Amino acid sequence: MARASTSPEREQWSGQTGFILAAVGSAVGLGNIWRFPGVAYENGGGAFLVPYVIALLVIGIPVLFFDYALGHRFRGSAPTVFRRLTRRAESLGWFQVGISIVIILYYTVIIAWALSFVWFSVGQTWGDDAASFFTNDYLRTTPEAGVSLDIVPGVFWPLVGTWVVTLVILALGVQKGLERSNIIFLPMLVVLFAALVVRALFLDGAADGLNAFFTPDWSALLHPGVWIAAVAHIFFSLSIAFGIMVTYSSYLKRRSNLTSSGLVVAFSNSSFEILAGVGVFATLGFMANQQGVEVSELEGLTGPTLSFSTFPQIISAMPGGSVFGVLFFVSLAVAGLTSLLSLLQVVSAAFQEKFGWDPRQAALRVGGVAAVVSILLFSTTTALHVLDTLDKWANEVGVITSAVVMTILVAWRLRLLPQLRWHLNQVSSTRIGPWWQYVVGIVVPLVIGYMLVSGVWMLVTEGYGGYPLWFRLVFGWGAIAFMVVFAVIMTKVRWVKDPDDFVPWPPLPTGGLTKSGDRS
Amino acid sequence: MTPTAIVVLVLALTVVWGGLALAILNLRRAPVDPDDDEPETDQPLAGDGSGPAGSR
Repeated sequence: MARASTSPEREQWSGQTGFILAAVGSAVGLGNIWRFPGVAYENGGGAFLVPYVIALLVIGIPVLFFDYALGHRFRGSAPTVFRRLTRRAESLGWFQVGISIVIILYYTVIIAWALSFVWFSVGQTWGDDAASFFTNDYLRTTPEAGVSLDIVPGVFWPLVGTWVVTLVILALGVQKGLERSNIIFLPMLVVLFAALVVRALFLDGAADGLNAFFTPDWSALLHPGVWIAAVAHIFFSLSIAFGIMVTYSSYLKRRSNLTSSGLVVAFSNSSFEILAGVGVFATLGFMANQQGVEVSELEGLTGPTLSFSTFPQIISAMPGGSVFGVLFFVSLAVAGLTSLLSLLQVVSAAFQEKFGWDPRQAALRVGGVAAVVSILLFSTTTALHVLDTLDKWANEVGVITSAVVMTILVAWRLRLLPQLRWHLNQVSSTRIGPWWQYVVGIVVPLVIGYMLVSGVWMLVTEGYGGYPLWFRLVFGWGAIAFMVVFAVIMTKVRWVKDPDDFVPWPPLPTGGLTKSGDRS
Repeated sequence: MTPTAIVVLVLALTVVWGGLALAILNLRRAPVDPDDDEPETDQPLAGDGSGPAGSR
């Protein structure tokens, strides 16, 4: 008997379209615009697209299906889902929530920067030296990494505004908040960015930029590092293995076409990345043309430097640059906002289920605390150093550790891959074969495990970014320690409503499943 | 643009954007119909003594 009458219904997407838009909004983020073009260019240009597509098909899409299957079958936030797999795995869910919390703290300030630069674009406030304007005039960054409580008003107020907007959307819940905002923001992002790309293609030197981006250096394919870079990029880009897609798929109706939706999400994300590569490198070609240098001689082709130093320089040199600048920074802010909302939902959903809160209570209590910490850390003069360090450790240690542990746990300890494949095939039109289990159970842990070990080894032996050891210990390894301690503490807290009182749907066939996930 | 860069550009667009077009077509060809055995609500169902993962 269902006991639905005794408690409020769990939130749901209105349909598959709402889910797909929100999932694409989550996947398409800052990394698509400022990370992919630079990573591709530095790893063989056009040749990088070969390992990129292979990584998408062999690692990205199978792990995306894995997340979907977990969230949809066990119907909950990451801690709920892992708790329902086995009690001892709940802490893995909270570890994923911890990763989201850390990323949320700094992701919000990047959106605030982008919003500030929308305004700066109008008057091209950065003047002749955009790099100096960004770090010295706007952020007032201290030369040395450290901890400061010197608030920068120019960052503080946009950051407060960004937090207010995101928490209001979060408080409105899944359908009225997340789904409606993505229905507005995602098409808006595509239109704005498409307009930007079209403008970029007609700039002098755009063809040189596209030549630099697409001309393949086939010898790069012989370097293992290029293949690892492709896997790492796909992993970070698709928002997989740290609770986002588990949470989002848990809001789908029971009868939902998981695999076909997943293919749309994965290819939409990659389609936007290719579009971003075209737009960014056509623009960089214009910059090289203006400076009378080769594109290969340009610097600052990735990350915040690309967006907040290199692009403003280009905007200043471009006819109608202010309009281009507004298009670029609004696109950046919107892409970031839709991803930020998905990160916040991971946290909100976990607390809602643990403490029986509604979306408004979760937004106010958890979001409020996160907002205060974020504003204290990132509206100060040391924000850039802290952001850079948190980002490195959260992604390359936190997310990758989460992926390794969850694939090994589900595939080898609990041996649930046959059930998850069966579930995907029960509700989806595109059936997946036994190959999926081998990929998720063997290939992914091996490849990602190698990335984790080599990444941690590099961080331990070589440090990062020239930051002092104490700084790396506090904001790098300290962030990982926070995730672990947070996971341990939250696992010990009592649930308001027993999450184990649950039976997955559809019920398994009476004869059971074979190892390959077929009916016995 | 050089012919090689153009070929790679066209290939990239064909594979990725073509993949997206096929994925959308595939999704539209298989509309989801509610099933009779689907629970009316999304609430947890009462346990029947089996483990939470339903397989143990």
